[in-house]
Amino acid sequence: MFDIGFFTLLKKELLRFYKVAFQTIAAPVLTSFLFLIVFSSALSNRMVIGDGVSYINFLIPGLIMMTILQNSFANSSSSLTQSKITGNLIFILLSPISNFKIFLAYSLASALRGMVVGFVMGLAIFFIFDYKIHNFIIVILYSFFGSITLGVLGIIAGILTEKFDQLAAFQNFIIMPMTFLAGVFYSVESLPNPWKTVSQFNPFYYIVDGFRYGFIGHSDFNPYIGLSLLILFFLICSIVTIFFLKSGYKLRN
Amino acid sequence: MNKAIEFIDVSKSFGATRALNNLNLYIDKGDFYGLLGPNGAGKSTLIGILGGLIIPDTGTTLVMDYNVRSEYIAARKSLGIVPQELVFDPFFTVYETLSFQLGYFGKKIDKKWILELLDSLGLANKMYSNMRTLSGGMKRRVLLAQALVHKPEVVVLDEPTAGVDVQLRSTIWDLIKKINNDGTTILLTTHYLEEAEQLCNKTAFVNNGNLIANEETKNFFKTSANKSLLLKIKNGQAINNLNIKNIHFHSTDKIEFTFSNLSEITDILNILNSKKIEIINFEIKELDLEKIFLSYLNS
Repeated sequence: MFDIGFFTLLKKELLRFYKVAFQTIAAPVLTSFLFLIVFSSALSNRMVIGDGVSYINFLIPGLIMMTILQNSFANSSSSLTQSKITGNLIFILLSPISNFKIFLAYSLASALRGMVVGFVMGLAIFFIFDYKIHNFIIVILYSFFGSITLGVLGIIAGILTEKFDQLAAFQNFIIMPMTFLAGVFYSVESLPNPWKTVSQFNPFYYIVDGFRYGFIGHSDFNPYIGLSLLILFFLICSIVTIFFLKSGYKLRN
Repeated sequence: MNKAIEFIDVSKSFGATRALNNLNLYIDKGDFYGLLGPNGAGKSTLIGILGGLIIPDTGTTLVMDYNVRSEYIAARKSLGIVPQELVFDPFFTVYETLSFQLGYFGKKIDKKWILELLDSLGLANKMYSNMRTLSGGMKRRVLLAQALVHKPEVVVLDEPTAGVDVQLRSTIWDLIKKINNDGTTILLTTHYLEEAEQLCNKTAFVNNGNLIANEETKNFFKTSANKSLLLKIKNGQAINNLNIKNIHFHSTDKIEFTFSNLSEITDILNILNSKKIEIINFEIKELDLEKIFLSYLNS
C-alpha cells in the first residue's frame, strides 16, 4: 500500500515546508509566543480557572494546539491552492498515484508540519516555564488526530478554492473563528449561554479541551469521549475528501 | 493488440460548448502521430481525457489497452504528457523535479539516467538550479524531461515547441525521433505544419470536436493545398473566366491561388500569360491550418 509513489509525494510535501522553515515553523512559533506573553501578562491575575490551575498553565496547551491546527490547515490548503494557480498540480493528477494515497500524503504532511511546530513551541516553553505533562499519550493522540483532521480540512479548502483570496476567506471566516472560539484563551464552562451551547457544537473545542487535559489533567469534557468524537470527525472529513478526489471535482475538469 | 491509444465514441461538453463529438480515433503502437486543428478544435480536451485530467461525458479511452478511468494506474504508468503551458514547482531544483516525477511513477531515483536525459536536452549544467531561475526554453525542456523520465510507452506532446527557437526545436525533435525509433509511440499536437509533415507518419485533423481527416501524412500533404500564391495584377483586366482550380478573388486587382506543389505555379503563370494578364507583384506564403482543412475537404 505505501509504495514509492506515496512516499515521494509525502517527501515532496515535507520538503515544501522544510525549504521555507523560517516562514512555516519559526514564524508561527514566534506569533504564539507573543500571544502567550501578552495574554499571560494581561490576564493571569484576572482569570479564574478553578481546580488550582493557573491561567498560564491553562493558556499554554490551548495556544500550542491552536498553532498546530492553524499550521496543519495552512500546509495542505496552501500547497493545493498554489499548485492549482501555478498549474503544477498537473504532475500529481497525471501520475498513477491513487486518490487515497494523494489524500494520505497531503494529510500526513500537514499533520507532521502541525506537530513539528507544536513540538518546537512546546520545547521552547519547557525551557522558559516550569511545566509538566500529565498524560503524554493523550497529548500525542490529540496532536496527531487534531493536526491530521485540519490537514484534511485543508485539502477540502484547497479543492474548493481557485484563488488565494478565496482561501484567505476560508481561513479567516471559518478556521480562525473556530480556533479562537474553542476555549484557547478562556474556559468554555465559564461562558454564559447561548455562547456556551454554541461552543459545544464547535469540534475544535473538544480538540483543545482534550489536549489541555493531557497537559494539566483538567478538562471541561471527558477527554476520552472527546477523542472518540475527534476521530469520528476526522473520518467524516476523510470520506468527504476522498469523494472529492475520486469525483475529480474542481480538479479534473 | 497493436493499438497504443484508442478513443471510442468520446464526447465532452463544457457548458453549452461541445468540445468533442462522439470522436473515434486510434493510434498504432510505434506511430509518430500528428494531431492538427485550429485553436478550440478539441485537441487539448482529447489529451486531457487521455491523462485523466478531464472526465469525458461518454465513451471509452484506452492507453496500451488500459481504460484510462477504470484502470487509471496502469494507463497513466504507460503515459508521459508534455503540457502546453509552462508549469513548474518553484520550490524545487531540476533534479528534485525529475526525481519526484520518477517516484510518482513508482520508480527509484536514477541519478545517472536523469543526468543522461538532461544532457541530451542540453540541461546537464542546470541539474541543481532552481526551476524559477530557468529561461522559458529551459523550462520547456524540463517539461519534456518530466514526460520522458519514467520511460513511458506512449508520449504525448501538446504543442511542445510553441515559442521555442529553431535551434532548440531541432534539439527537442532529435530526442523525440530517437525515442520513437526505439519503439515509443508519439502523439503530437502542433500548429507548425512542417513539423507534422517532417516527423509524423500519420496525421489527423480535428475541428469543432470532430475528426475531419485521418491519413498517412504523405497522402495528406499530397492531396491538400498548403501554400498560396498571392498576385497583384493590373486593374481592369478580365479575370473572371480563368479556368484555374483553387482560385480566390480578393478584389479586381488581387487574386490568390492555393496549391500543394511549387510546380503548379508554372501552370498558373502559363494560364495567366495566355490570357495576357499583367502581373505587378506576387507573394508565396504558407496557409494557416483552417485554410488547409478547407482545401482538404474540397479535394
